[in-house]
Amino acid sequence: MKLQVRGAETFATTGGRPFVPEQPTIVFVHGAGMNRIVWYLQTRYFAHHGHSVLAVDLPGHGRSQGTFLGSIEELADWIPDLLDSAGVGKAALVGHSMGALISLESAARHPDRVSKLALLGVAPKMPVHPDLLKAANADDPLAYDLMMDWGTGPMGHFGRHPVPGISLICGGQKLLGMENSGVLGNDLGLCNDYQSGMETATKVGCSTLIVIGSEDRMTPPKQGRNLAAAIPNVKTQLIQDCGHMIMLEKSDQTLQALKSHLSST
Amino acid sequence: MDPKLFKFDTLSLHGGQRPDAETGARAMPIYQTTSYVFQDSDHAAALFNLEQGGHIYSRISNPTVAALEERISALEGGTGAVATASGQSALFAAVMTLMGQGDHIVSSASLYGGSVNLFQHTLPRFGIETTFVNPRKPEEFRKAIRPETRLVFGEIIGNPGLEILDVPAISKIAHEAGLPLLIDATFNTPYLCSALDLGADLVSHSVTKWMGGHGVALGGVVVEGGRFDWNANGKFPTLTEPYAGYHGINFFEEFGPHAFSMRMRSEAMRDFGPAMSPQNAFYLLQGLETLPLRMERHISNTKILLEFLQSSEEVAWVTHPDLPDHPDHELASRMLPKGAGSIVVFGVKSGSSGGGREAGATFINSVQLASHLANVGDAKTLVIHPASTTHAQMDSATMKQAGLTEDMIRLSVGLEDVNDLIDDFKQALRKAAKATGATK
Repeated sequence: MKLQVRGAETFATTGGRPFVPEQPTIVFVHGAGMNRIVWYLQTRYFAHHGHSVLAVDLPGHGRSQGTFLGSIEELADWIPDLLDSAGVGKAALVGHSMGALISLESAARHPDRVSKLALLGVAPKMPVHPDLLKAANADDPLAYDLMMDWGTGPMGHFGRHPVPGISLICGGQKLLGMENSGVLGNDLGLCNDYQSGMETATKVGCSTLIVIGSEDRMTPPKQGRNLAAAIPNVKTQLIQDCGHMIMLEKSDQTLQALKSHLSST
Repeated sequence: MDPKLFKFDTLSLHGGQRPDAETGARAMPIYQTTSYVFQDSDHAAALFNLEQGGHIYSRISNPTVAALEERISALEGGTGAVATASGQSALFAAVMTLMGQGDHIVSSASLYGGSVNLFQHTLPRFGIETTFVNPRKPEEFRKAIRPETRLVFGEIIGNPGLEILDVPAISKIAHEAGLPLLIDATFNTPYLCSALDLGADLVSHSVTKWMGGHGVALGGVVVEGGRFDWNANGKFPTLTEPYAGYHGINFFEEFGPHAFSMRMRSEAMRDFGPAMSPQNAFYLLQGLETLPLRMERHISNTKILLEFLQSSEEVAWVTHPDLPDHPDHELASRMLPKGAGSIVVFGVKSGSSGGGREAGATFINSVQLASHLANVGDAKTLVIHPASTTHAQMDSATMKQAGLTEDMIRLSVGLEDVNDLIDDFKQALRKAAKATGATK
């Protein structure tokens, strides 16, 4: 589905069903250097069970045009424009990693537009290792390897993907490599610069779910719990044997957690 | 800083498998089952609609087969893989996933005979034509591309001529035309080179050969590289347009770098049914565990046998890309630095009382350790004499056109002690030379 957001063509998948703005809407927001594809094991379910889904490619990512935005806050302000373009008043936001920070900020800044929040692999701050940042800024494939090494839990390194025959690590490397020059470096820079997670968390009024991978090295469980402690109306869900790429590594458990959270009133 | 991703030898043993969560079994269990119990009707519907991952029916996927698929995908550096009952069904399924009536393939002419038959005689009945070109002339690939071309295909090490395909050059030509390059990597395996790193978009194998290595189980696989933009030119509607056969799904839009393998599994495996059996997947997994070790030995034995054959007075000629006089030696050194495989072709010298056909046949009939059969890539050394078997119906002129000679022996070097192989070949070569009067 193509939308015009701030004058730029923006692409989103709708989970294999036509987008109906009158239905409860869920917007899935991907993490640094990624795109909409990371949500393929959650979007189809919701789209076929009474929701409208937008798994969006952020500006300059995937099949979306436009230039990168300069901060997590700017991206958070872009979300209501996306909703306007889709004809949606209020939506649930599901974000992963950088996408979780964007969703958190958006919920705090635009409470009238966000009905619920689900944050996967999140922390109040996301400092990025200088070696990773350097490699990402140079478009060095080393960055993709480091991302998939640190982002995948110990068991995930062995494989056994929920979808038969699919490679989690190689798939992630190729997904990162698909993006245009500078995308990953820009995104990691935004994560590195973001400092206000704890303060923002206190302003989130909607019902929030935080999903934590027990073996997450990029946003360690303790950091996810710290953020949860600052959000007034929050539940946490710990997924065992899972690293940072939660929705890919443990897609079924992620879907269950989201179903329970997003389907409840 | 080095990423701590598992390396090739470790992936050969562990890729796609963890100790069984329920029983603790260390080896990959053989899930000898046709079907899988659904948790409830919602779960069943979600699996059928690709809303969740999982197994439905073993024609489409099976846990033991999936472990093999993930392992091979990891070894090749692909985003995913689909295993099939044989290498030929893998190739057929790959073609049928990409194209239909009216479409066209540009292929290297130096291929396994079964693949030539598929392209030359079988696919035309389904409206798919192929133009064969000289693998040593990349520009011929460019010239053969038509508006309806949908695939460029070749083997890295040609069969039986051992021509080396310049994968980076042909990949560039294919990509400039907006086409994917599919490489049959059976003869090189990912141990000797990564076809995807060289520029291929899809890789197929007869896993029956070196990947399994034991000659006890048939299997094939197609690995997806995940980098090709199927959406760039509208030539691949099977991947970029809604598929009525699967709830209108648009594979590239929803699955991105997994689009090809998802479509191949959802359509080719479902509709054509070339499923690999879990028992075979288990055997092939056992084989893959020792792939790096076996390939080292295949290559070291090949080097020693090449020296022996070159120095043997009963041998008329020897061809292998690792030999400096091979036309593709320099290219092979670049693309296959560990060695250009373990297939060797050579000619047995004939004399006044018998021709090359007789010399070759006598050699074959005289070997005692090497096995005379129609396969390659076994742990055991294999030999075949095309003029008296696979190409016996051809006269000398036709054989010459096909790049074959009457004295040609195709040797698949195994893992035996190389001195035992040399002893066996010595006595067989002596008998061949004596029978044809090449030596007294």
